[in-house]
Parts: sequence; C-alpha cells; structure tokens
Amino acid sequence: MSALKIEKGSSKHSAYDLRDPRAQAEERHTLAVLVDNEAGVLARVIGLFSGRGYNIESLTVAEVDHTGKRSRITIVTTGTPSVIEQIKAQLSRMVPVHDVMDLTVEGPAVERELALLKVAGTGDKRVEALRLADIFRANAVDSTLESFVFELTGTPEKIDAFAELMRPLGLIEVARTGVAAIARGSGHAVSQEASVSSSG
Amino acid sequence: MVVQALKDQGVDVVFGYPGGAVLPIYDEIFQEAGIRHILVRHEQGAAHAAEGYARSTGKPGVVLVTSGPGATNTVTGITDALMDSIPLVVLTGQVPTFMIGSDAFQEADTVGITRACTKMNWLVKDTDRLAETIHEAFHVATNGRPGPVLVDIPKDVQFATGTYVAPQTADLGHYQPRVKGDTEMITRLVEAMETAERPVFYTGGGVINSGPRASQLLREFVAETGFPVTSTLMGLGAYPASGENWLGMLGMHGLYEANLAMHGCDLMINVGARFDDRITGRISDFSPHSRKAHIDIDPSSINKVVHTDFPVIGDIAHVLEEALRIWRARGSKTNREALGKWWAQIGEWRAVECLTFRNSDTAIKPQHAVQRLEALTRGHDRYVCTEVGQHQMWAAQFMGFDAPNRWMTSGGLGTMGYGVPASIGVQVAHPDALVINVAGEASWLMNMQEMGTAVQYRLPVKQFILNNERLGMVRQWQELLHGERYSHSWSEALPDFVKLAEAFGCKGIMVKDPKDLDDAIMEMIEYDGPVIFDCLVEKHENCFPMIPSGEPHNKMLLGDATTHDAIGSSGAVLV
Repeated sequence: MSALKIEKGSSKHSAYDLRDPRAQAEERHTLAVLVDNEAGVLARVIGLFSGRGYNIESLTVAEVDHTGKRSRITIVTTGTPSVIEQIKAQLSRMVPVHDVMDLTVEGPAVERELALLKVAGTGDKRVEALRLADIFRANAVDSTLESFVFELTGTPEKIDAFAELMRPLGLIEVARTGVAAIARGSGHAVSQEASVSSSG
Repeated sequence: MVVQALKDQGVDVVFGYPGGAVLPIYDEIFQEAGIRHILVRHEQGAAHAAEGYARSTGKPGVVLVTSGPGATNTVTGITDALMDSIPLVVLTGQVPTFMIGSDAFQEADTVGITRACTKMNWLVKDTDRLAETIHEAFHVATNGRPGPVLVDIPKDVQFATGTYVAPQTADLGHYQPRVKGDTEMITRLVEAMETAERPVFYTGGGVINSGPRASQLLREFVAETGFPVTSTLMGLGAYPASGENWLGMLGMHGLYEANLAMHGCDLMINVGARFDDRITGRISDFSPHSRKAHIDIDPSSINKVVHTDFPVIGDIAHVLEEALRIWRARGSKTNREALGKWWAQIGEWRAVECLTFRNSDTAIKPQHAVQRLEALTRGHDRYVCTEVGQHQMWAAQFMGFDAPNRWMTSGGLGTMGYGVPASIGVQVAHPDALVINVAGEASWLMNMQEMGTAVQYRLPVKQFILNNERLGMVRQWQELLHGERYSHSWSEALPDFVKLAEAFGCKGIMVKDPKDLDDAIMEMIEYDGPVIFDCLVEKHENCFPMIPSGEPHNKMLLGDATTHDAIGSSGAVLV
C-alpha cells in the first residue's frame, strides 16, 4: 500500500515526463511532397518541421507544373522510424499537400544535387584542382588567372568528396542547391500524372 | 459579399468586435438582417464564445475581428480550438493590400502569426476570390478532423466589388479526407473483440465531433457487447454517465477503476481519442499487456504516441457502424465467461470509492459544492462549461453527462479564461437552457470582462466560482512536488464578487456556510438573468485521484478518505 501514500515535497516528478522515450536509431529519408503553388505553403511545411522539432538536412522547392500550379518540395530529413512516419502523416494531412512520397522506401530513386565551388590558387595547386575536376566531371564555368568556379552535379556524397579534395587546393566558397530526387522506373506521383498530362 | 457568403453557409450568429480594417463588413452587417452579431468585450472572448457555440451545436463558430491587435487577441482561442478540434471560421480585417508590409497602423502579419495555430489560413488579395475562399474555409474547418481556419481580408478587397460565387458552384479545393474505414482492419478488430478477456472502450472528443449518430452507435455497441467504457475529458457525454457500463473519466485525475481497467486490459479500443500525455502517463508502462485499436479520422494521430495493433482511419460514425454491422453479422459473439471475471475485478476497484472525500460542517468542500450543483441541476436542460484547474477536474469527476455536446472545457491547451466566454457562446445557441460555468476565481478573472456581453444580450449564464483564494492546481503541485514552496500561487486583493456582479448589472450571491449552499444554488438557478456565484470553499483541498506525470496508471495517488482496504488481492498486485 505504500505506493498510495502521498510523498509531500517529493521533487521526483515534474509536470511532464522528462525522459525521452524515443531512443531509437535515426534514419535518413528523402521525401518528395507535391503542394499547391500558393503563398505561404512553403512556410507552412517548414513551420511543421520547426514546430514539431523535426530535422531538415536539405530542402529544395520549385514549381513543376505551371498549369496545375503545383510545386515539388524535396526534403531530406533524419529521424527515428516512428518520427519519419509522423512526418509523413503530418505532411499528408496538410490542406495544400497533394501527395507525399518517401523515395527512400518506395524502391530505388535517383538523387542529384548541383554545387558551385570557387577555388583560388596558382601554380601546382591550380593544375591539380583542374585535374581532379576533370576526374569528377566538374565543369569550369568561370575562370580568372588565380581562380576557378567549378560546376558539379551528383549525389551529395560525391559533392562532399570533391569539396574535401578541393579544400587543401584553395577552396574558398561553396554554393549547393540541395537534393532533387525522383523514383527510378516508370512509376510516378499519382496527383502529378493528371496535371502534367493535361498541361500537355 | 462576406455577409452573403456567411448566410449561404447557414451562419446565424457571429461573435466579433469592430475596428478600422473591418468597417466595410460591419457596414454590411448593419444593413442586413439575417445574421445576429454578438459584440464581445475582448477578441479572445469572441474566439472562446465561438468555440462554446460550436461545441454545443456541432456547427462551426464564426468570429469577426479587425486587423492587428484584433487578430492577435484571437490567437489563444484559435490555438485552443486547434488542440480540441473545434471548427472555427475566423475572419480578420487587414490593412489595404497596397499598404501590407509598410508597418501601417494596426498592421500585423496575421496569416504568418496564425499559420501554426490554424488548420489552414488564407490572405485574400482579389475580391473575385473572396466568396470562394470563405466557402473553402467552411469546407476545411468542418471536414476531416475539425479545426480553426482563418481568412484575412484587406480593407480594399472588402470595398471593391467582385463576382459572388455560391457554395454550390464554388471550387472547394482538393481537400477531401477519407471517412470510411478499411473493412479488412475493422474485421480484424471485431475478431479481437470476440475473444478479448479484458476489453475496454477508451473514447474521446472525436466521438462528439463525429456527431450524435456516433454517440448513438457507441451506446449500442457498448450495450450489446457488455464491454466497460471510459472516456477522456473531451469525450464526456458520448456514453451516458448513468449508463451501466460507465467506468468514469480516465487520466491524470481520472477514476481509479477507469485507470486500472486501462492498465490491466488485454484489448483497448480507442475511439476518437489521441493518447494524450495526461491520459497515458509513462508511455513505456502504459497498458503493457493489451493489444490496441485506434479509430481516428486523422492519420497522423495513429502511432504518434502509442503503437497501435489495429489502426482504423475514418470517421467514427462510419467506422462504428461498419464494425457493429460486421460484429452482428458474425453472430454478436463475446467471451462472456472472461467478461464476467473482468467485471468482478472492476467491481473490486470500484469498491475503493476513489472520489470519497472528508466532508465538513464548517467549511464548504469544493467537491461537495460540485456534488450539490450536480444534484440540484441534473433534471434541467443543462450545459456545463469550465475554466481550467482543480474545479475543472472536480466538475468532470462529480457531474454526470448523459448526452454529447453538453460539456464544454478546454482540454488540450488548458486555457484559463475559457469558461466565461464559452458559456456566453453556449447560451447564445441555447437561449432557454441552464448554462453553468464551473470556475475557479483565478481563471474566472482572466476573461471576466465578458460579463458585460452577458448582461447586454440578457444571457442568463450562471458563473459558479469555487473560490479558494488560491491557484489551486498550481498549489497542489507545489505541495506534492515542490517541497510545499508556494511560489505565487495565491490570490491577494480579490474583488468582492457580489459587488462586482452589481457593478456589471447582474446578480451576485456569496455563500460560505455549508448549511446555506443548497438554498444559494437554488436561488442561482431560479434567478432570471446572469449570476456570479461566489462559493467560498476550503482553501487547501487537493484533487484526487492523481497520477503524477511520468508514472503509470497503477501508481495513482488517492485521497486519504478512500477505502484502501477494499482493494482485493488481485488489485493489490497491480498497485
């Protein structure tokens, strides 16, 4: 019966359970979200992530269907499996969201990111940078006597690797777009089908 | 055009407060007879009044306020509605489109501020889109899981003329949530119900939101299966408190038998509730031996907090109808022998009589006051609102609701100051009913200005204040968990509530002797007009039972007047 005794002055408990029950391993998922291209929709999606404490590793957005006024948001996020499920459910129920695809679980997908890297240097380092750029199939899109701007497309890992190699060779600035992704094969987003074909 | 759209949506009442940026709409209201406007005293009051109206009628509540401070003052009410899934349509004025972003007088980024607390919101920049957006707003607020929406209308858009679109021809967007549950999953749930040894229905506000049909189906299902049923704070009234299988409310201040049934069950059927932390206690020890079904219209509620074995996404009425049909078609089977033992076990828990308290001849015990209020108002056409705190829990424990939409309380957000305006909204919708706001003096003061609204519109709301001159629930936590250090949890310089009532032009009653309580309550009921009832109660009473946060259901604290010895041997194992 001792459990029923009221312990006065105990500070064992707070008004909330302060232990975090979510001690699972985190996973990385790429989500594609088709939304109405209207004012405030992106803010609503981002607000969901900040408001509920979800992570965003990368986010890209652009209109993909002018006639149907649809934009596609690609979000790379990390979280435990239950958090990832929550993110998808929370996104799906938003009024301006048409479709949510988890490209990480819905079969193989292609992920690409574009980066612009500015490398400054002269002499051997400059030659080495150009040689490595050739190996990575990066294009030099701007050049001065003491600098290059390389354009590189690939997976985030490939861009990471290239940036690491450029660091000792004079890397001074990086701009990255974040990931765009699409499923391999002939399958496609259901709600995009109608609008893309109707727009001809 | 705005007023036409509201009329076409069947709106008869608007709660609002005028200001510069909504004057064109107020001018329309002045010239149109079809819509009743209730002038509140503060915009937060408008939002809570609309919530009370919506909760007690099942129709969306409509709020009309001006830009800037008018809009920001509604934010608490809108957030409250979001947490409790109450359909609200909030119309806000905005500075003219060409002045947006210039920090104009009474400008605020209303859609930005309310984005996180609305189900959806819109800024209308084109008068031709105005009617259609309002129709879409009603569609979104009332379909799927209900919630608040906001339409921000710049003043130039209000002035300009545009094409009106009727609701029948309006484009309502693509929002069309699924209402029918998956038959295969429902069948699996029915199979589990047929063999369950210790089942329990755990019902929530979703049953009430789904409409009277859902409550009716729940009652049939419970009656025919013989399963016990408990409910969250938000779901009270869906199953009648006078019903045979009623266990009482569950949760942090829920009944002993309800919480131990949840802890000890082998099949939990969650109908329109959301495994809130005030319900579950410590998640890892929450109902450890049960399989769990969860019926909810919102897919994001499923598996959010607790893993579910039988998830059914759909409207409660649709799903219950289908489940009942399948269960009957399969022969209406239950495990009767095991159910008998389960009820015997529940009977032992009931014998603890967890709500027992030590009454007094000299001071009014708050539980006693609520008990007497319940006894003397039971037969009336009655609606009860509350504020937030100990009095709210005592009202939930000691008052019985036999029908849905009769109990209005701030559950999810826990908004002190909800009750006064909510009671006004309820009384507007039900002018001849007995509407009572069970309050604490601290909560009550937060929106007491709305008594002016009650007096102006002759709304005979009864403000039943349990006055302990303390922030009772805060004080209780400080006593039990913070070493009795009562940091800022008492009210000094309280007003004389009787004189306050007279100042507002309504009736004030003060009672402090238990002998006078019944007569005073009768006087309150019989008075034809608003009453402020100041019930001076025992100052240090605690609200039990109580599950401290972070503890499982079987670690309840009981008051010292309960009959502990009645716990049988099998019950003691769980304790």
